[in-house]
Amino acid sequence: MSLRSPLGRALGHGAAKEGVAHWWHQRLTAMALAPLGLWFLLSLLQLPDLGHATVAGWIARPFNAVLLVSFVATLAWHSQLGVQVVVEDYVRGKGARLAALVLVRFAHVLAAVAGIFAVLAVALGGRA
Amino acid sequence: MALHERPLSPHLQVYRPMYTTVLSISHRFAGLALAVGFLLLAWWLMAVAGGEADYAATAAWLGSVPGRFALAAWLLAFWYHLFAGLRHLAWDAGLGFEKRSARRSGMLVVVLALAAAAITLALAWRQFGGGA
Repeated sequence: MSLRSPLGRALGHGAAKEGVAHWWHQRLTAMALAPLGLWFLLSLLQLPDLGHATVAGWIARPFNAVLLVSFVATLAWHSQLGVQVVVEDYVRGKGARLAALVLVRFAHVLAAVAGIFAVLAVALGGRA
Repeated sequence: MALHERPLSPHLQVYRPMYTTVLSISHRFAGLALAVGFLLLAWWLMAVAGGEADYAATAAWLGSVPGRFALAAWLLAFWYHLFAGLRHLAWDAGLGFEKRSARRSGMLVVVLALAAAAITLALAWRQFGGGA
């Protein structure tokens, strides 16, 4: 039972204004990453080798591509949430903290886009 | 963000490291290592998309001695972060808060993480010849 008044919630009152979403999304992505991460690791271990042809062939299969995109996106999100907390804990000074948070966010978004693009390129683009 | 930076209360200078606190910071440490691993994963995927030539360069680094060390370290970080994370999820569900339970589950996490890491490393060694 929340002790917040509806007006308080609407106005975003409270010291941090928001934070539960971060906490919940961290748990949600964690729950998704347990099976996805295991799937990724065990799938790689079952490949006969890690040469380009084998890996590209594995990625290109629709089932794997779907799970890979899901894995990359979820991993990016979970990692972003986690690293953000570390920055907030240890980086002192308004300017430095802001810069660090922005950098962390950009790096994660870029890596996520790159990873997803790469999977789609291999699975759809006929390049290998 | 606070307008005035208030001083942190001292903890590292005051409290002796304990089993549970070491496990906790290890979880964070493993998470940071895995965050770097995520960036490398994106890089590796891009290398696959780039074709044989691009892939060869990345694969060469990964297959080198420092590369294999890094992969082994990531494997350990993955398993530790996974089991320690499950322990966190149990706490979120309200389970295992007693001191005794916390210490026991902590030991279980370490044992499972080391065992899983050893097994998967051995599998990778066997499968890919001397490390993934």
